[in-house]
Amino acid sequence: MLQLTDVAKRYSATGKQVAALDGVSMHLGDGEFAAVQGPSGCGKTTLLLICGGLLTPDAGTVVVGDTQLSTLSADQRARFRAGHIGFVFQQFHLIPYLSLLDNVLAAALPLRDPQARQRARGLIEQFGLGDRIHHTPAELSAGECQRVGLARAMLNSPDVILADEPTGNLDPESGEVVLQAFADFASRGGTVLMVTHNRDAAQRARHVVKMRAGRIE
Amino acid sequence: MSLTHLLFKEILHRKLNTGLSLLSVAVAAGFLVGSVVLLNAFDLRTEALIAEKEAEMRTHMAEMEDSMRKSMKKMGFNVLILPADQSLGDFYAENYAEKTMPEAYAETLANAKEVVTIRHLLPMLQRKLEWPEAKRKVLLIGVRGEMAWAHRDNMKPILKPVPEGTLALGYELARGMEIRDGDETREAKVGDTVTFLGREFSVGALHPERGTIDDITVWMDLDEMQAILDMEGRINCMMALECKCAWANLPKIRKEIQSIVPDTQVIEVAGKALARAEARTAVEEGHKKAIATKKEERAALKRKREELIGVLVPLVVAACAVWVGLLAFNNVRERRIEIGILRTLGLRTSHILFVFLAKSAMFGLAGAVVGIAVGLAIALGVTELPGQATANAALPPLAFLTAAVLLAPIVTVLASWVPSLMAAQQDPAVVLRQD
Repeated sequence: MLQLTDVAKRYSATGKQVAALDGVSMHLGDGEFAAVQGPSGCGKTTLLLICGGLLTPDAGTVVVGDTQLSTLSADQRARFRAGHIGFVFQQFHLIPYLSLLDNVLAAALPLRDPQARQRARGLIEQFGLGDRIHHTPAELSAGECQRVGLARAMLNSPDVILADEPTGNLDPESGEVVLQAFADFASRGGTVLMVTHNRDAAQRARHVVKMRAGRIE
Repeated sequence: MSLTHLLFKEILHRKLNTGLSLLSVAVAAGFLVGSVVLLNAFDLRTEALIAEKEAEMRTHMAEMEDSMRKSMKKMGFNVLILPADQSLGDFYAENYAEKTMPEAYAETLANAKEVVTIRHLLPMLQRKLEWPEAKRKVLLIGVRGEMAWAHRDNMKPILKPVPEGTLALGYELARGMEIRDGDETREAKVGDTVTFLGREFSVGALHPERGTIDDITVWMDLDEMQAILDMEGRINCMMALECKCAWANLPKIRKEIQSIVPDTQVIEVAGKALARAEARTAVEEGHKKAIATKKEERAALKRKREELIGVLVPLVVAACAVWVGLLAFNNVRERRIEIGILRTLGLRTSHILFVFLAKSAMFGLAGAVVGIAVGLAIALGVTELPGQATANAALPPLAFLTAAVLLAPIVTVLASWVPSLMAAQQDPAVVLRQD
């Protein structure tokens, strides 16, 4: 479950205060798959970062599951993120010197989970990369990289997956794999919040949230 | 996967950064231990040089001692003990003592515990007389060899007694003898029989040319001479040879001898020996001064080197530490996005600090080990060790090497502390928003 209540966030740019989010409220229950759409600079990424506990709002509350993120310290939020939130990025953000397996296992670094390796192998197999397990990101295609990103996001069985333009760099076929993975995750009770400019991708979500100038339309 | 695994993977991935960091630490560590080896080697060379100089001095002094001993022997005496009533004017004019004293004086001196300065004591009887058979004037000296000391060890004698029935002839005498050999006459040689004051003697020894009165001197057994001249139990001088420090302590020797045999006078007649001894002392002092000067020069040179190294080593270490810090800073910049991702994945500040500081510590440790090994090899390769010295002698103490290995990681951790802190405090949201 992901719930935002009157969340506001301002940035100061060249001496002026710019409202990235202005009283945003939103509730996504378990099993919900929502897409956020809107023009560039409307606050989509800020919304995603606040939901992930990477940014703290100037006002309002963010609750993931039973935890209100704004009451946690930075290190507590980091620990919470590791166990409850998965991230998928447009640029994949894989670590270039780690193998595919190690990139997936990087998500378990803060948790020291002895079962992580077994789960990682299972996810890699599930995403059809079983024969590439020791390859580095430089040896993978964009679609394969994003599948590694998906496996990494799902390794710790998070409650919420936050995805920022996950299909932006992918061909339609690879994009479909990603969207299907999100749909499957939601069908298993997880919550997915995906920022996308892609109308087709947004249509795969159960809900589409439109944003403009830091507000939900 | 662990953070250590991540650490090693990153180290292997960024080879240039790794190589440059290791090189920096290795240069600093190598320079440090290399400097110590060079200083140690300098000390060893100094010790060897001084030892060589001292050995040279000892050899030179031993040669001089020997030469002096021989020259003193050739000159016949250091100190002469004469009867108290002997006129020194007559003695110097005639080259021998006319007056006599009891031969027992020699026994008394040899048996006296108080005599410590004289090494060799030779009683003798001297007379200038006409050798009627040879028709020439000679100095006749009766000798009995060196007196045996009753209360201390006897030294190797430097003058041998003349066996009874034999004569030892000076060079000029032997050359002037006209020994009949068939129809011809020749100079004397060992084994010839000669008549002296009506008695027949065998020629036992011929002395080489000395250019002194020795060349017209005849030596015979003291008892025989006393019997021939009807002077039983009388002598007229005693030679005291190789008196310890005679040149410096003649009054002491006089006092010592005259306290036992008061009816005597003691004169020092070894002018040449004294000059040689003084020269020996001067040479010894010169040697010692030269060694001291050498030691001072080497010590001053060492001080200068230590001062130079004392400035250079901290400078090099500081420069290398700054370089390690800059490399760490560059590494943090390069890994900006990676750090953002790791923070997003839930790694805390302490994890990020560990990743960077552990890497710096590893560079410090590995760089120090490599640097010390290479530094020692190069320093030992370029430095010149004295002949007998082994490379081990020039090595720094193990405790020093251990301290260098242990301190290097501390220095590198301190050098990369600020960049590591910057990495740990990096806001992942800023990175991800900018991406």
